[in-house]
Amino acid sequence: MYETISNFVAAFLTLSIFSFLYKDNPFYKFAEHLLVGVSMGYAIPVLYENVFIPYVYIPIFLNHDFIIIIPSLLGVLYILRFSKNLSWLARYPITFTMGIVGMGVPLSLHTSVLVQMRSAMLPLDNINTILIFIGTVTILLYFYFSKAHRGIYGKVTNMGIWFMMIGFGASFGYTVMARISLLIGRIQFLLGDWLGLIK
Amino acid sequence: MKRQIPLAIVITLGFLFVIHTFVPHKISQDFYDWFQTWIKAISPFAVFLGVMSLFNVHRTKISRRVPNWQYSVITLIGLFFTAFAGFMWGTQEGTPYMWLFTNVQMPMSATMFSLLAFYIASAAYKAFRARSAEATVLLVAAIIVMLGQVSLGAAITKWIPETSRWILNVPNLAAKRAIMIGVGLGMTATSLKILLGIERTYLG
Repeated sequence: MYETISNFVAAFLTLSIFSFLYKDNPFYKFAEHLLVGVSMGYAIPVLYENVFIPYVYIPIFLNHDFIIIIPSLLGVLYILRFSKNLSWLARYPITFTMGIVGMGVPLSLHTSVLVQMRSAMLPLDNINTILIFIGTVTILLYFYFSKAHRGIYGKVTNMGIWFMMIGFGASFGYTVMARISLLIGRIQFLLGDWLGLIK
Repeated sequence: MKRQIPLAIVITLGFLFVIHTFVPHKISQDFYDWFQTWIKAISPFAVFLGVMSLFNVHRTKISRRVPNWQYSVITLIGLFFTAFAGFMWGTQEGTPYMWLFTNVQMPMSATMFSLLAFYIASAAYKAFRARSAEATVLLVAAIIVMLGQVSLGAAITKWIPETSRWILNVPNLAAKRAIMIGVGLGMTATSLKILLGIERTYLG
C-alpha cells in the first residue's frame, strides 16, 4: 500500500511535467513550483548537517573556539541585504568570499592554460596527437580577432571551425544520449513500477 | 567608505593568496587554513540568504495577488514542509524527508531533464535545416557519437563505435582543449580585474 501510494505520487508528478509537451498548463505549473520549493527545502537540512553543524556549531559550542563567532556574525550580515539602510554591510561577507580569487590567477593559468598547452604539444608521435595539436591551434587562431580572417589565415581559421563543429556535434550527441537515457528511466518507471506492464 | 573598505579587503586578501600560491611557507599555509575555516563558517548564512530571497519573491507574489499567485503558495509549502521534515524526523533512509526526495524531488528533476530530449531533437531538426556544410558536419558527428553509444551502432557496422571513439578522443579533445585554454585565459583576466579593483559589480 505504502509503495503504491509512493509510486502514484511519483507517477502523477512525472506525468504533470510531461504534460508540458502538449502546452503550458496548470498541472505543469503546479509540478514546476513544487520542484523549486522541495529542492530548496531539501538543501536546507543537508547544509545544516554538513556545513553549519561541523563548521559553526561544533567549533563554537563544543570546542569553545570562540573566534569562529566573528565569521558567523559576518555571515549574519548577509541577511542585511534586504534592509534599505544597512544593505551595504552585506558587502563584508562577500568580500571575504571574493578574497580567495587571488588564488584563481595562478591556478587557472596553470590548470586551464599551461597544463592544457603542454598536453597538446607532447608527445607528437602519431597522426592523432598531430591532429589534436592542429585542431587546438586552429581553434585558438579562430578566436584571435585582431587579424582579419582572410587569405591563408582565413583558411587556417576555417579549419578551426570544422574541428569545433565536430566537437560540438560530439557534445550534442553525448547530451542527447544522456537525456534519452533519463527519458527511458522515466518511461520504465511509469510502465514498470507504476502500471506493472513491463517486468 | 562603504565601498572602499570592502574593496581594500578583497585586494589585500587577493594579493595575500597570490603570494600563498607562489610561496608555500608554513605561515602562509596556516593563514590559508585559518581563512578556510572562516569561509566555511560564513557559507551557511549565504544559503539562508537564498532561502529568504525565494521566500520574499513568493511572499510578494501572494500579497500582491499577481496572476498565478496560487502556485507561489505551492512553492512555499514545498519549501517549508521539506525543510521541516528534515529537521523534525532526520535525513536518514526511511524518513519522510527521504520519501519526499525519492518520490517528489528526484522523479520531477529527472523528468524535467528528460524533457530536454524532445527539445534537443527539435533543435537538431532546425540545425539540419540550416543545410550548411558546418551544420552537416556537426550533425554527422552527433549521429555517429549517438549510434556509437548504443548496441544498434555496433550492429550496423563495427566502424561506428570505433569512429565514435575516435571523434571523442581526437577532434572533440582538440575542441575541448582549445575552449579550456580560452576559459582559463578568461578566468585569469576576470580574476585580475577583481584583484586590481577594476571589476566591482560584486559589491552591488
